[in-house]
Amino acid sequence: MSNTILQIDNVSRVFPGVRGGAPVRALEPTNLQVGQNDFITILGPSGCGKSTLLRIVAGLDRPSNGRVLLNGREIKGPGADRGMVFQSYTLFPWLTIAENIAYGLREKGVPKAQRQEIVASYTEKVGLRGFENHYPKQLSGGMQQRTAIARALANDPEILLLDEPFGALDNQTRGLMQELLLGIWERERKTVLFVTHDIEEAIFLASRVIVMSARPGRIKADIPVDLPHPRHYRMKTTPEFSALKAQLTEEIRVEAMQAEGVH
Amino acid sequence: MPRPLEPVSQGARVTLGISFFVLFVAAWAFATLGGFVSRTFLADPITMLQDGWLLLTRFGFLGDIGITVWRVVGGFVLAAAIAVPLGIMMGAYKSFEAFLEPFVSFARYLPASAFVPLLILWAGIGEMQKLLVIFIGSVFQIILMVAVAVGNTRRDLVEAAYTLGSSDQGVVKRVLIPANAPEIAEILRLVLGWAWTYVIVAELIGSSSGIGHMIIDSQALLATGQMIFGIIIIGIIGLISDFLFKAVNRTLFPWRLA
Repeated sequence: MSNTILQIDNVSRVFPGVRGGAPVRALEPTNLQVGQNDFITILGPSGCGKSTLLRIVAGLDRPSNGRVLLNGREIKGPGADRGMVFQSYTLFPWLTIAENIAYGLREKGVPKAQRQEIVASYTEKVGLRGFENHYPKQLSGGMQQRTAIARALANDPEILLLDEPFGALDNQTRGLMQELLLGIWERERKTVLFVTHDIEEAIFLASRVIVMSARPGRIKADIPVDLPHPRHYRMKTTPEFSALKAQLTEEIRVEAMQAEGVH
Repeated sequence: MPRPLEPVSQGARVTLGISFFVLFVAAWAFATLGGFVSRTFLADPITMLQDGWLLLTRFGFLGDIGITVWRVVGGFVLAAAIAVPLGIMMGAYKSFEAFLEPFVSFARYLPASAFVPLLILWAGIGEMQKLLVIFIGSVFQIILMVAVAVGNTRRDLVEAAYTLGSSDQGVVKRVLIPANAPEIAEILRLVLGWAWTYVIVAELIGSSSGIGHMIIDSQALLATGQMIFGIIIIGIIGLISDFLFKAVNRTLFPWRLA
């Protein structure tokens, strides 16, 4: 791959044991290359180290070994070049929706007029016009996560990292959010790394699904998704989609059983 | 019977709140006017009001109230101005906390009232001594409580700020401080209440003005009506300052109520 934007080199993570316990190997040495404009979903059962991997890419956690390169530069800590959307609602409760979206721009020192322009465009893109002056508390979970996506994108990061962003939403809202995110990606072609434990979500969004194994986490399968774009929710019922879903369900089931100690 | 945790209407809340005051005064009136308690030990409500009126009109008690309020506010503002920044620093920077926390925790238990004789020695019996008593009584409490509040800031908010490009300083200024501002205001409201205890103690000893001084003067005259009036005035001022604090907090932090 010549247009690699993100390179994960032999990254592993061992958490020290708690109160004299044995250290926990959360992530086995892992290699992954992410191409420009890829939409990669990382799929795995809980405790497979997929969030740990994402947090290492974000710079919020340090690898015990190995390194992560973004455009050839080694990642040392968090930064505005990697936008992150968390599973928990992390909008700043004291800022309005517009101020939340503008947060990164303000930190960067973007002049006010330009800031307002960018905020307006992203408010539009995530369908939150009319809510600019609301506080996060006044919005539903789905709207808050849409704001979080807008806040990350307004910063124009080189890669967007999402850690089960729709995990806390109900099924219907989740479906809508997937379409919204995919729509944005189809238009802007931002490189995306998306962590989820939802198989359908992983296939629907991705150009590549990375399946991770149960603890200690490592990459088990790397499956390209060649479904055409633009994708529509009805795609979830096509035979091609179902075949992929069946294949991934098998892969994940074994891991989930291992993780739960079922044989 | 109401259910546990079942809310009451605003009207019922006010009525219930007032009715206990009424009940309290009624019981007091019954005990004193009914002749069950000697007048020497406890004045009845009517005498108390008459004494209070006399205090206000004849003996310039308003001046005493003013000087006491000024002392509380002065000492408290001084304490807050030093303690809030220190508390924020301790909450934000763990090495700073490790450096100061043990001493502050120790100092917090030093009773402010025990410093009164020492402070008279150091600062005389002027205003400075009164302010210092309140300062000592408030400053360590505020430091510790603010440090704990800031230290408990939601980690995911801090992480979100970092991924949006905040510097370490940016996180302190634009996440830790605004996230905890309402709680810091609440801490100040609480400690201001304690400061009232210290000011009276400071005024009981070596003072020639203030509500506390009036109370100790009245004791010599066995004027229980005046003493009770003084105590009630403190309660009323406390209630008013509490109300003001809450009103200010509501306008400063609308996002809390949103």
